[in-house]
Amino acid sequence: MSYIDAEKLVKQYGTGEATITAVEGVNLGIDAGEFVAIMGESGSGKSTLLSMLGGLNSPTSGRFIVDGVDVYALTSDERADFRRRSVGFVFQNFHLLPYLTLAENVMLPLAIVKMGKKQKLAAAIDALARVGLSDKAHRLPNQISGGEQERVAIARAIVNHPPIILADEPTGNLDTHTGAEIMKLLATVNREGITVIMVTHSTEYAHYARRLIRLSDGRVVDEGAELRRPESRRRRSARRPRRQKRLTKKGRL
Amino acid sequence: MTLKNIVISNLRRRKARAIFVLVGLLIGVATVVGLISLVQAMKNDMNHKLEMYGANILIVPKTENLSLTYGGMSLGGISFDMQEIRQAELEKIKGIKNAANVAAVGPMVLGPITVGGHRIMLAGIDFTAAQILRPWWSVKGKMPTREDGVVIGSDASRVIGLKPGDKVIVRGVKLSVTGILEATGSQDDGLIFAPLAAAQLILGKQGRISLVEVAALCTGCPIPEMVKQITAVLPSGNVMAIQQVVKGRMETISHFQKFSYGVSALVLFVGCLMVLVTMMGSVRERTVEIGIFRAMGFRKSHVLRIILLEAGIVAAVAGIAGYFTGLGATRLLLPLFTQGQGHGAVSLDPVMGAAAFLASIMLGIAASLYPALMAARLDPNEALRAL
Repeated sequence: MSYIDAEKLVKQYGTGEATITAVEGVNLGIDAGEFVAIMGESGSGKSTLLSMLGGLNSPTSGRFIVDGVDVYALTSDERADFRRRSVGFVFQNFHLLPYLTLAENVMLPLAIVKMGKKQKLAAAIDALARVGLSDKAHRLPNQISGGEQERVAIARAIVNHPPIILADEPTGNLDTHTGAEIMKLLATVNREGITVIMVTHSTEYAHYARRLIRLSDGRVVDEGAELRRPESRRRRSARRPRRQKRLTKKGRL
Repeated sequence: MTLKNIVISNLRRRKARAIFVLVGLLIGVATVVGLISLVQAMKNDMNHKLEMYGANILIVPKTENLSLTYGGMSLGGISFDMQEIRQAELEKIKGIKNAANVAAVGPMVLGPITVGGHRIMLAGIDFTAAQILRPWWSVKGKMPTREDGVVIGSDASRVIGLKPGDKVIVRGVKLSVTGILEATGSQDDGLIFAPLAAAQLILGKQGRISLVEVAALCTGCPIPEMVKQITAVLPSGNVMAIQQVVKGRMETISHFQKFSYGVSALVLFVGCLMVLVTMMGSVRERTVEIGIFRAMGFRKSHVLRIILLEAGIVAAVAGIAGYFTGLGATRLLLPLFTQGQGHGAVSLDPVMGAAAFLASIMLGIAASLYPALMAARLDPNEALRAL
């Protein structure tokens, strides 16, 4: 049994003839500390799957177990607590609150945690420092660049040290160079022991992940099991061409 | 960073919506405060005016005879033969339950005398009480200060030909005219007024009085109740309330009061609707934000608290501002509703201020309850869409 286990997850939207099946019987096992990329065309169900992995979207059927806890058997409040404790979200559109400074945005997950004011600020500054933005803590989101906003979003996701980070197209709105920086940041976070699950539709940054899961029409077509074992950075970069070749081959199928 | 910080930052940096809610409640609270203090001020003004009406309770001796006067035409001399009240009994009026509401008790002795060949009615009164009982009196000359001073009604003075400074002797008592009463249009114009003791002496009615006028001051104080109380202590008197004027005036105010409460309720209702609509808009606008909160692990109750706290803070400000706006508006409008200068003044009322403050918060929160529940019930995944 893995740290994160999805068992026959199904998500359908709508009813009757208009029913659309976004995710169709996904089985998935992710170990603690993995860096997983979920890839697929738009409409393949990857975002729906990610929202289910984040405890935000109740599946139509199937079970989702994290660390032995059946997340969707919990009450709404318990599931909120699960998200607070266990999951950090990084959204494609950053989703920073425009009326809060960067430090305040990062502190947001701590707003509902009993903790001293100074401790909260210190935690936020620390998280901002980890993404290299401690000097801009008191700016507003519209005063910084898109790449910086995404870094703030990552700082916000890690501020309360969750074991899992879920990132939805973290590079979607960024240029190549900035996108690479964000991926490096996620890789660093992952090396610190946090399980990172990322959704992306581009192959460009997929190699930063240690495992690729391909999704098509709501089904897992490749679980990337052979890439699961932990590797050193050097070995991983050496293997990269082979993995990409394999992806290309799969893509044609 | 707490929920409160989120709310305050949001209010500070997104003022437009907050101002809408604020204005909605402010107008409501200001209208209510304004109308209530206007009614209160009008009542105060009316109280003052009631004092100006003079006597509103009349005590006459009990008589088995029916009055033979109509429209000022007297068809018989029975009024002169009536029984009298003993002056000593008047002290009892001071002992009634509502004695505090009695502003003045004016005993009066009446009797006919002859002055310069003219038959005229002499009224012995208490000139001090007369100032309260007959505030409309205007005297050319002076009010008598000594026992031999008299004031003459305008018609009487014209007929007899007396003027201030003149001396007359009536039944051996020397009287000196100190003033002439300006025309009042009432029976007073044909009378000659002397101090009570002097009149009793002239008329040979020592210790007795013909009728008593009582001025009871109050708004809504129980005049019929006071009539009963006086009747109880003065069984020999027939106590009557001169109620019509008071009642009519009070009814007018009472109608205005009901009307203003109706208007207040309506304005408050519209204010609440404005809050509701604005908060609904705010929740819709913040859908994604609420999704982010929920994704981060905020419970439904946290979202509920954020929205209600926001409404509560704005409503509290609206309550305070509304109270002062209402008070200011009343000060501006009051002269249009009352003629009294100063008597209808509105002043700071801590109780009403606190009531306005609390009512505003309660209404603000009540009107935001539905939008807040809507926000709390948002499906976080729907809210985020992007995810």
